[in-house]
Amino acid sequence: MTESSRRIVIEPVTRVEGHGKVTILLDERHRVREARLHIVEFRGFERFVQGRPYWEVPVLVQRLCGICPVSHHLAASKAMDLIAGVERLTPTAEKIRRLMHMGQIFQSHALHFFHLASPDLLFGFDADPAVRNVLGVAQKHPELARQGVLMRKYGQEVIRATGGKRVHAIVAVPGGVNKSLSAAERDALLADVERMTDWAEAAVGVARDYTLDNLEQIADFGSFTSSHLGLVRADGALELYDGLLRAVDETGQVIFDRLENDRYAEVLAEEVRSWSYMKFPFIRSLGPERGWYRVGPLARLNVCERITTPRAEAARRAFFAALGDPPCQVTMAYHWARMIEVLHAVEAIHELLLDPDITGDELLRSGTRREEAVGVIEAPRGTLFHHYRVDENDQVTMANLIVSTTSNNEPMNRAVRQVAEQHLSGRDRITEGLLNHVEVAIRAYDPCLSCATHALGQMPLAVELRDADGRLLDRRTRG
Amino acid sequence: MNGRLTITVDGRRIEARAGQTILEACQDAGVYVPRLCAHPKLSVYGSCRVCTCLVGGRATAACVQPVQPGMVIENDSDRVLEIRRTIIEMLFVEGNHFCMVCEKSGDCELQALAYRFGITHPRFPYMFPERPIDAGHPELLLDHDRCVLCGRCVRASAELDGKSALGFAGRGLRRRIEADGPRGLAGTDATGDDTIAEVCPVGALLRKGTAYRTPYGRRRYDHEPIGGDIDAPCGEAQEDR
Ligand code: FES
Repeated sequence: MTESSRRIVIEPVTRVEGHGKVTILLDERHRVREARLHIVEFRGFERFVQGRPYWEVPVLVQRLCGICPVSHHLAASKAMDLIAGVERLTPTAEKIRRLMHMGQIFQSHALHFFHLASPDLLFGFDADPAVRNVLGVAQKHPELARQGVLMRKYGQEVIRATGGKRVHAIVAVPGGVNKSLSAAERDALLADVERMTDWAEAAVGVARDYTLDNLEQIADFGSFTSSHLGLVRADGALELYDGLLRAVDETGQVIFDRLENDRYAEVLAEEVRSWSYMKFPFIRSLGPERGWYRVGPLARLNVCERITTPRAEAARRAFFAALGDPPCQVTMAYHWARMIEVLHAVEAIHELLLDPDITGDELLRSGTRREEAVGVIEAPRGTLFHHYRVDENDQVTMANLIVSTTSNNEPMNRAVRQVAEQHLSGRDRITEGLLNHVEVAIRAYDPCLSCATHALGQMPLAVELRDADGRLLDRRTRG
Repeated sequence: MNGRLTITVDGRRIEARAGQTILEACQDAGVYVPRLCAHPKLSVYGSCRVCTCLVGGRATAACVQPVQPGMVIENDSDRVLEIRRTIIEMLFVEGNHFCMVCEKSGDCELQALAYRFGITHPRFPYMFPERPIDAGHPELLLDHDRCVLCGRCVRASAELDGKSALGFAGRGLRRRIEADGPRGLAGTDATGDDTIAEVCPVGALLRKGTAYRTPYGRRRYDHEPIGGDIDAPCGEAQEDR
C-alpha cells in the first residue's frame, strides 16, 4: 500500500469459524485500486493430518468445514481408495457415494438459493435489509419458502439414508462404503422424488425469470471475463462425482481437456499473497496474472457439453439460448446455473434409487497400497482437490487441498472491486448501497464463509473507513 | 452349602459364591458395576478404579475385592457415582480423546461410560499430552493418544496369546504401554490375529484395515448403553459428541 492510498475495510462480525472481511484500497485520487476479500481459512488441517493413519482422513476432514462436510468426506475418500490400491469401486459402492453426493448438492444448493439468495432476487438488492431476508420471503412467497425448506430436508434425508446421520455421516471407507440402502430407505426416498423434481424445475424457473427480467441491470453487475474450470465425463457431459479436468478460457477455447485428476499440479499452480492465508491457484499456461479462473455451477455449465439427465439438459439449453453461447460471464447467472444443477441432482437421485445396485451388498474392494493419490470432486461450490502422500506405515506425510472458495477467491475480489468502483468513485464514504452490492456479489459464489450462512441470510457487516495513517474516518455496521 | 454367602448391595440382598469378586457377584445378580481394566478373559488387575464402590463406607475396587459374608456395599449411591464420574473425567483429560473422529467411536467403552454417566464436558482442564503413534506394524497400530493404561493388552499378550509383546514403561504421567523391543510393535512377535486389539476398550490398539466398517446404528453402543446387557437401565444411546 502506498503512503497516500486509503483503505476501506468492510468487516463481518467475527464468527467462530472461517469469516470474511473486505478491504477496499483506494489510490491518491480516491479511485478503487484493489479489493481484497479476506477469508480465514483452514490451512491448519494440512498439518493436522500429518502422521495420522490414512483411513482416518475422510473422517477428520469432515470437521474441517462445517458447511460441506460430505464433499470433503468424499473427495478424501476418493484419494484414499487409490492409496488403498482400489481403482474401481463395486457398482454398489460407487452408486451409494454418488447418491450421497447428489443429496449434498441438492440440499446445499437449495439452502443457498431459498435461504440466502432468494431475498436478493425477489426483492431486488437495494431493498431494505429488514424485508430482504428469508422471513420476508416466507411472508410474501410462503409456498416458495415452504418448498425451499422441504427440498433442503429431502437432500438431508438422502445423506442420512446413505451415511446414517444427517451431519458428519460416515459411509465411505477406503475401497468402498460401509452400507448400502435398505429397500425401506430406498422406498421412503422414492416416495417424494417426483415432487422434489417438480419443485426443482420450478426453482429453475424462478432463477431464469429473475435473470431475464433483470438482465440489463445484472449483466455487468460484478461481472468480468474469466476462464472456467470443472470436471466433465469422458464424453464431455457434466460430471459432479468422478470426472476429468477441463478448463476453457474467456473465449471458450479449451485450455486443457479430460485431464486425469492426478495431473492437476501440471496445469495448476498456487500463488501465495502476503495479505491472505489463502492461496491463489492459477492455470500455469496462462501465468499468475491471467491464469485465475472460476469454479462452481456457472463454470461447470460453461465447461460441459451437455447434461445426462433430460430435464436439466433442457434447462441448460434454455440457459445458453437466452444468454448466448458459452462461456457465460454473468456473475449473477450463477444462481440460474445452480438451480439447473439442483434439477440435475434430483434427477440423478431418482435414477440411482431405481438402480438395483443401490441395495446391493458388495460394498468393499481391496488392493495393493500406494504412496500417493489425488481425489477430485465437484463440491456444491466448485472443484475440490485433495492430494495426499502416505508412507509405508500408513501414516500421512503430505496433504494439499484446493477448496472451491480458494479458486473463486480472485473472482470474488474482482466482483467486489467492480461493485466498489461503481459506488465509490471519488467518495470515501461507505453507503448502504455499497454494503448491499458487495454482499450480493460475494453471495453469487456461495463462498464457504460461516457469515454467508448467518441467520436470516444477511452477512453481518461492519464497515470501517480509514485514511492512509490508519485513522478511522467512517464506520458502518449491520447484522 | 457349597460356599454360598449373602451380601447386601444398595440395600438388596444378593447371593454370591465364595471366592467371587464383588464385580462378579453383582454381575451374576444383574447389577452392573462399571469397569475398564477388568475383562472376563483376563486376570484381575485393579488399576483404573472405575469399578470403585463403598464397602462399609470405604472406597474399594469391586473387580479386586472378594466377597465376604454379610458385606454391605454401596454401588449406586450419589457418592459412588460421583467418584466414578470423576475418575472417568480424569481419564478423558489425561489423554487426547477426539471421539468424533476416532474409529472406535460407538464401540469404545470409555466413550460409552461417559454417555452412561452423562458426561458431556470434563470439569478438569485438558492436558493435551504429546504422545507418539506406533504405526510400524503391518497389521496393528498403537495410538498412545487414546490409551487409558488399563493394561488389558499387556495381560492378553501374556495370558491369551502366550507372548510378551507389550509391557509398561515410565512412571506417573509418563507411564505408557511399550512394545518389547526398540522397533515398537513391528519388532515384536505380535500379529493381527492376536487378541491384544480385541480386548482394548478404547481406540488405542487397533487392527489396521478395519476402521469405520460398521455403519451408524449397528455399532455396539448405538442402541444400548454400556452395561445394558447386565442391568438393562432405561435411556437411549446417543449420537457422537
Ligand atoms: S475395573 Fe476395577 S480397577 Fe479397573
